Amino acid sequence: MTMNNGMNISRRDAMGLAAAGGLVLGSPMHASAVKAGKAKAVIQIWMWGGPSHLDTFDPKPEAGVEYYGPYASPIETNVSGIRIGQKLPLLAKQADKYSIIRSMTHGINAHETASYVTQTGRPVGGDVYPCTGAVVSRFKGVDAGYTGLLPPYIVMTKPQGRFSESGFMGLRYKPFATGGKPSAPVFSVEGVIQQGITEARQKGRRELLSSLDTYGSKLEGNTQFNHMNLCKEQAYELILGDAGKVFDVKNEDPKLRERYGKSDFGASCLIARKLVEAGVPYVTINYQGWDTHKKHFDIMNNKLTEMDRGFSTLLDDLQQHGLLDSTIVWWGGEFGRSPKIQWEAPWNGGRSHYGKCFSHVIAGGGFQGGQVIGASNENGMEVADRPVYPWDLIGSIYEQLGIDPNAQLPHPQGLDVRVCPTEADGVTMGGRLREIMS
Amino acid sequence: MMNFKTSVFIWVLAVLCGAGRQSVCAAEPAASEMVDRLVDSKLDELGIPPSDICSDEVFLRRVYLDMLGTLPTPQEARKFLSSNVANRREQLIETLFERPEFADYWALKWCDLLRVKAEFPSKLWPNAVQAYYRWVRTALYENLPYDEFAQALLTSNGSNFREAPVNFYRAMPEREPKAIAGIVALTFMGTRTDQWDEKKLMGLAAFFGQIGYKGTAEWKEEIVFYDSTKSFCYPGTEKVVVPQLPDGTTVELVDHIDPRIAFADWLVNSEVFSDNIVNRIWYWLLGRGIIHEPDDIRSDNPPQNAALVSFLSQELVSSGYDLRHIYRIILNSKTYQRASIHNEGNLTDEENFSRYYTRRLDAEVLIDAICQITKTTETYSSDIPEPFTFIPENQRSVRLSDGSITSPFLDLYGRPSRDTGYLSERNNTPSAAQKLHLLNSTHIQQKIQQNKALLGMSYNKPKNKKKPQTKWGEPQEVIERMYLTILSRYPTEKETETAIAYIRESGLNRYDSAVDLVWALLNTNEFIFKH
Repeated sequence: MTMNNGMNISRRDAMGLAAAGGLVLGSPMHASAVKAGKAKAVIQIWMWGGPSHLDTFDPKPEAGVEYYGPYASPIETNVSGIRIGQKLPLLAKQADKYSIIRSMTHGINAHETASYVTQTGRPVGGDVYPCTGAVVSRFKGVDAGYTGLLPPYIVMTKPQGRFSESGFMGLRYKPFATGGKPSAPVFSVEGVIQQGITEARQKGRRELLSSLDTYGSKLEGNTQFNHMNLCKEQAYELILGDAGKVFDVKNEDPKLRERYGKSDFGASCLIARKLVEAGVPYVTINYQGWDTHKKHFDIMNNKLTEMDRGFSTLLDDLQQHGLLDSTIVWWGGEFGRSPKIQWEAPWNGGRSHYGKCFSHVIAGGGFQGGQVIGASNENGMEVADRPVYPWDLIGSIYEQLGIDPNAQLPHPQGLDVRVCPTEADGVTMGGRLREIMS
Repeated sequence: MMNFKTSVFIWVLAVLCGAGRQSVCAAEPAASEMVDRLVDSKLDELGIPPSDICSDEVFLRRVYLDMLGTLPTPQEARKFLSSNVANRREQLIETLFERPEFADYWALKWCDLLRVKAEFPSKLWPNAVQAYYRWVRTALYENLPYDEFAQALLTSNGSNFREAPVNFYRAMPEREPKAIAGIVALTFMGTRTDQWDEKKLMGLAAFFGQIGYKGTAEWKEEIVFYDSTKSFCYPGTEKVVVPQLPDGTTVELVDHIDPRIAFADWLVNSEVFSDNIVNRIWYWLLGRGIIHEPDDIRSDNPPQNAALVSFLSQELVSSGYDLRHIYRIILNSKTYQRASIHNEGNLTDEENFSRYYTRRLDAEVLIDAICQITKTTETYSSDIPEPFTFIPENQRSVRLSDGSITSPFLDLYGRPSRDTGYLSERNNTPSAAQKLHLLNSTHIQQKIQQNKALLGMSYNKPKNKKKPQTKWGEPQEVIERMYLTILSRYPTEKETETAIAYIRESGLNRYDSAVDLVWALLNTNEFIFKH
């Protein structure tokens, strides 16, 4: 069928719940991946606001108290020679599963720009590029034959914001934001799960709607209305079908739920595992609350414990389910936090934004665990060895997924734009993470 | 307390401002007829029969949504639908021009084009967003002549907080002269420079080669100014680029004279300047440009009806660049007032305006409509960047000035990201995820449950009772009010019957069945679309 703007869309496209948005603009090329990758899915733990690298995966007990503050005693992990922050004892037992990149750098200290660079793997300037989830949605979603009822790019619970996640690719590749509260007795995923409306009432409503859509019936044949009616059918497949039950954790082992923790983050990690198991290629857990300018250590004392439980259990649970080899878990925020603690007023013990050197963690999906990539200097202020830029890391993720870093992206004005930047674009490269890619 | 002199002064000022907004001529029947003649002769030529003129109820809803981005209230609907005055449509159009929502809605559209947002990639920052938005909205409210509007944006100097139009040169991802030229061409000429040859682009860029930016001691204040010490040279050389207008004429650079002024003078007198804006207005009101896409004007993308563009363009110039004059001509035309219901011969016509093309409501308009119907509000805020922004709870979403402040609903319904200024950024294509939200989200369900009066509930407190008693309205009246509130029309007999049957026979209690009726009407295509 043809829309007002003259573009053809297939029925599947039209229904594209899979696409949060509408139709693809730009080139009609196939979104085929170069080769089958080891990884099928990504769980991105987005550390909104920027977590301190010193307090998490790059402790500096020798740097002096003005750097490490109350966290003087990092702990040994199950991989000899790797120590991590003292508030992460559970993750310490899983270090063989993940690798720590201690030399992440982009040098940007502003949230919006750093978020853009860290999530898109693109330097600033020119077009606004899509973030990793949107690119994966392009190459692993409906365009590439994904037929699941669940959207291919899901974020719990709110979109990351600060910039448009799908960039110039537009609405079709935006994440589906669940809304709701993952740890609540019923996680009301917006549109999918609604408490208090029985199935019988859903059906009664549906009939009522069709008998009251008087004007709609006068526009039989109108392409816009036809399109909307297809969207409605597709929506009802999800509302009345079983696919939405994936968000319900009631039937999971109570002990497992306990291990994940009863926090929203813990519940989100469990649900992320279930979503990946159900075939969803990209899940973002938008983990808020890491922009800690003030009361930094008070907040860390609670938050790191919560993170430790959820993140460590996720790794273990993925492995138990045989999913870790095919699922990349990517932990990190837009930057780290200033290694030197700001004890002066008004911060009174805070850490500010720090983009020059920070840590990210990567696990599964063909990335080897138990390694440390790069290094920061003695106080965590500078990259000392093997700088890793966001495009190195994200390019590596694409490779593991079998997405060609040089593939074309759909552009509304038909410009020739590629998945990853190269040196030819004037970008300094640190190199893909070959040392841990198998 | 205000003294007499001040109050007189304010009164005089009010009268003057009011006078500025008065329409010079109330209606232009001849011009609207001319539009119809031009459109009809094209349709004749193609053998496409146009649809009939729409009914009053359809016109009412359509013109409110197109002019104000707002639904009529049930009172307004009753009043208009009971009017027998011959020129009631024309009168309604005039009334709507005077509404503050007119400026709100068109400020929204303009701020999309001007990429007004605090954060990435424009990085205007909150204070400047507020100043810029207020300036744009005021210009539209006061119906500032369009040539003056463009001149102000292109040639102002000063602080981003105090001289708001300078933000035009700040609301861009990049600030090099070539990037600025691209934005200027897109905004005011509806032209994309990516296909231009290098010489032409450099020539235009040279007009913007001496724009200076400097900070002040105030947080995020920035001065944009003509910097005569700057020069724009060919890369790697010291050869200064000579400014060249898009029509090929070169302009000599004169010491201490801002070249932007020469460009702006040329621009506002050029054909492409007026063609672009009349075509954009046509696109906004009718859903498709006469030149399409409207921001892709080039010699090999000819208008569907060249005479129509020139006619409107000439009208704009002769009216002294009065944008409302163009709105008025279009809105009063039969072409605008055609039904969206197709006939046997025009279902496939998607570009000749033989019918009114249906379009899904804009994201902000849709949520505002739902909020108006359910008497609820949305909460918006931003705790990055500083100063934090908290939007008053009762402010409509159409009035959101900052493109960085959003909600999952607005994102889902294709609100533009304001990255580029391209019209295609606003995506009104329906999707299943949108439908899912409207059919089955807690967000919408809770809103429906809020407006007890709409559901037909009222409370009665008898003197001898402590607790108020719930009273239910007559089903027929309740249903009529639902229809007027949601669809801006009276229900048909059959619809009333269906609704009453649902109340009586669905097996649900009165409250739940009323909730379901509102839910159903909100989910009809009639509600979700402009038609």
